[in-house]
Amino acid sequence: MAGVVWETVIGLETHVQLRTASKMFCGNSAAFGAPPNTNICPVCLGLPGALPVPNEVAVQLAVRAALALGCTVHPRSLFARKNYFYPDLPKGYQISQFEQPLATEGALSYLSPDRGIATATIVRLHVEEDAGKSLHDRFPKATAVDLNRCGVPLIEIVTGPDFRSPQEARAYLLTLKQVLEYAAVADGDMEKGSLRVDANVSVRRVGETALGTKTEVKNINSFAYVEKALTVERDRQIAVLDAGGGAAILQETLLYDAKTNSVRPQRRKEESHDYRYFPDPDLPPLVLSPEFIAAQQAELPELPATKRERFVTEYALSVTDAAVLTADRAVADYYESVVRAGGEPKASANWVMGEALADAKDHNEALRVPPSALAQLISLVKGGTLSHQAAKRVFSEVAERGGEPRNVADALGLVQVADTGVLVGWVNDVLGAHAGEVSRYKQGETKLLQFFVGQVMRASRGKADPKVTQRLLEEKLAS
Amino acid sequence: MTDPTEALASARAAADRLVKVKRLNASLTPPKETRKSLLQQAAAVHPSGVLYGMAVAVKDNICTLEFTTTCGSKILEGYRSPYEATAVARLKAAGALIAGKTNCDEFAMGSSTEHSAYGRTQHPTDKTRVPGGSSGGSAALVAAGAVPAALGSETGGSVRQPAAFCGVVGIKPTYGRVSRYGLVAFGSSLDQIGVLGRSVHDAARVLSVISGRDPRDATCEDRDSLRLPTVPESLQGFVIGIPKEYFPPDLDAAVRRACDRAIRWLKELGAAVREVSLPHTPYAVPTYYILAPAEASSNLARYDGARYGPRFDGHLDVRALYRRTRGEGFGPEVRRRILVGTYVLSSGYYDAYYRKAQQMRALLAQDFRNVFDRGVDLLFTPTTPSPAFKAGEKLADPVAMYLSDIFTVTANLVGLPAVSLPIGRVKGLPLGGQFIGQAFLEDEMLEAAYALERVVPAGAAAEV
Repeated sequence: MAGVVWETVIGLETHVQLRTASKMFCGNSAAFGAPPNTNICPVCLGLPGALPVPNEVAVQLAVRAALALGCTVHPRSLFARKNYFYPDLPKGYQISQFEQPLATEGALSYLSPDRGIATATIVRLHVEEDAGKSLHDRFPKATAVDLNRCGVPLIEIVTGPDFRSPQEARAYLLTLKQVLEYAAVADGDMEKGSLRVDANVSVRRVGETALGTKTEVKNINSFAYVEKALTVERDRQIAVLDAGGGAAILQETLLYDAKTNSVRPQRRKEESHDYRYFPDPDLPPLVLSPEFIAAQQAELPELPATKRERFVTEYALSVTDAAVLTADRAVADYYESVVRAGGEPKASANWVMGEALADAKDHNEALRVPPSALAQLISLVKGGTLSHQAAKRVFSEVAERGGEPRNVADALGLVQVADTGVLVGWVNDVLGAHAGEVSRYKQGETKLLQFFVGQVMRASRGKADPKVTQRLLEEKLAS
Repeated sequence: MTDPTEALASARAAADRLVKVKRLNASLTPPKETRKSLLQQAAAVHPSGVLYGMAVAVKDNICTLEFTTTCGSKILEGYRSPYEATAVARLKAAGALIAGKTNCDEFAMGSSTEHSAYGRTQHPTDKTRVPGGSSGGSAALVAAGAVPAALGSETGGSVRQPAAFCGVVGIKPTYGRVSRYGLVAFGSSLDQIGVLGRSVHDAARVLSVISGRDPRDATCEDRDSLRLPTVPESLQGFVIGIPKEYFPPDLDAAVRRACDRAIRWLKELGAAVREVSLPHTPYAVPTYYILAPAEASSNLARYDGARYGPRFDGHLDVRALYRRTRGEGFGPEVRRRILVGTYVLSSGYYDAYYRKAQQMRALLAQDFRNVFDRGVDLLFTPTTPSPAFKAGEKLADPVAMYLSDIFTVTANLVGLPAVSLPIGRVKGLPLGGQFIGQAFLEDEMLEAAYALERVVPAGAAAEV
């Protein structure tokens, strides 16, 4: 079979933690990182007699997520029980949705590294609760169970078999994460388990339309591993098929091991689940009024793609700049605040993408200079009060210690000197000290003007207004 | 009732009566423990509540802080709930005293209170017979006069059937009338907490206290608590339907005679009585024995020995821990229903059993709508097909046991309120008749029960 060109087909099931204060069916905190088994109550522990009550905020967020992904939100959906035994699943079932999910038939456009703008179909989006966590390495020969995560609200977003490479799958996930963060329904931090991915992977000969036998790759616990895990499985399948001799792909569930960058089949026992889904009799059908759905739509902010286009037309930015500024909603909001505070759009874009993002990167993503201060700084540069170099120093100072840029510049002695009386002194000093260059200039080597400007700047320790200095130099050298 | 010593007197009297009926094995709480708790509760209770000083026993599948909650099962032996059921909290807030936990069929699965890991409960007047079940302990305690009322629970008749067998009143409210929070789940879409009482009034006033909206139960209706009806002068204006499917040709002769006599009294009270048909009735028991076990198989999955309750293991792997804990912790009837429930939900069988049963459930509900839409206010039927049967008689034949619920399961399947009250005796054994009412119209149903209760003679005169 060697020589056959294979096409990869990938579909993703992504679990995203909704950004709620409390759990899906009880009032306990859904926060990450509490000491084991402290965010628990009779409901999420599944104690005898306890009952789930849906968290309305979680439902709101799930509906917003569905709308942000262009899904049809169903006015009536059902909670279902997914039954299986595991020590970190205290009720012996997970509350999820099966028949009649919250939303179906959405789509998400993303930038494929292979094909340009591509669209992933969202087959379904449903609400469910998370299970707890089994810790197999905490105590020798024993498994510890932490039930803090039990009942944490999740949405599961299932795509069609739409991705043609691991890179595309990753690009989709990044876009998904961006949209969900924008919609403020999730914070997408995979390390905390708030975004987890299972993937269906198959390969087929290029040109074929039927799908090959698929495997399901689970346990992809970090964004960084998505591409690796999918590549490993894609390559494994191609190797099996290329080897020929009747070897076929086995439909099975595989676990990805990040340490060895390999996949291994899940043990049969773990796999042969019949989940016996049935509607959860503790929870009435989730009925959403058209008004409720409309209200969630109204709560949705402008999404990244729309915002990017608007930045291009409204602020005359390049597509690339607009993409950088809109990648993160906080950055985009910050940029627009700077512009609203009077910052010139193009200069504001440069400052935000340059100094502000660099500073944020070193300081836990905090945009430390208030938009009004940055706008003032930009105006000071434009008005000639500060040189660009000086403005950068003022930026750092304001970031570290706060204050008004104008006052900070004064205090640091960085305000440009435009007073000709003072400037003439430095100009005369410079011209006197460089007689050779003066005569070369006068013989026609006019590009030396910038050398003189530089020397005056140096003599003034950066404070000389370059424009006025240049004019004075030209006058002196012309006489 | 505002004398604070009255609660103490009531607590002592109840504790004394509970000692006297110990032989029934109706209470799972040792009398000394019950007495101690009753006295503590009485000392703390505020005298303003509408149930001030009333001793109320609670079925052992309803969570209490004062006593263990074992559901009559070995798998919850010694289990103490860290929280209490809404119904129990409301009883206490109304001034009632919780008089211990009552014996029941394990996880409320059974109709005789023989399926308890803590031994069977005796019928209060004939120790060779069963008190009915699964709330047999509650029924026996009320019938024996130990407490004026007790909480039970119904999934398929578990309050009304033992009430009929023991000669007391048993009310199953509309599904969603009483919060299920703290009622250990058996079949969640069928389960309701119910009340057993010496009289319609005793049962109704307890029901009134425990009913009403509860934000902790999503299936509990957003309604005020039940308002107690007044005792009517007559039943003038009531249209009472007699569903012919509840009077099959092979109905026990004494049961038929008692019902016929009760129907005559209803007419004499001024009610218009009409024969009606609920054509899907023959499918109720099979439907019930698919849906209830299906839900039970999932509801009982949590008892795995990992977090609470006894653990039957050495140092086993997790699967062996489950197998041994569940194999040894559950009794045979519970295991049987878990197996049936698991089967009917399995892929490949779901459509044939579970889905079909849900469809039948909708048809059964339509039967009742059709009757009520044609002007019928209430239905009257026998509660059980026979008086209390002998202990051991149906243990070997689960289907015979299941058929003792034939007249009660439908109200649970369709969520309607029903009340059983004594309507006669045969050779000293009580017989019960039931009214099935319209959803959330318990007040009308209880008016009829009040009226009928007043004309049923006491003692030997009740014989049919």
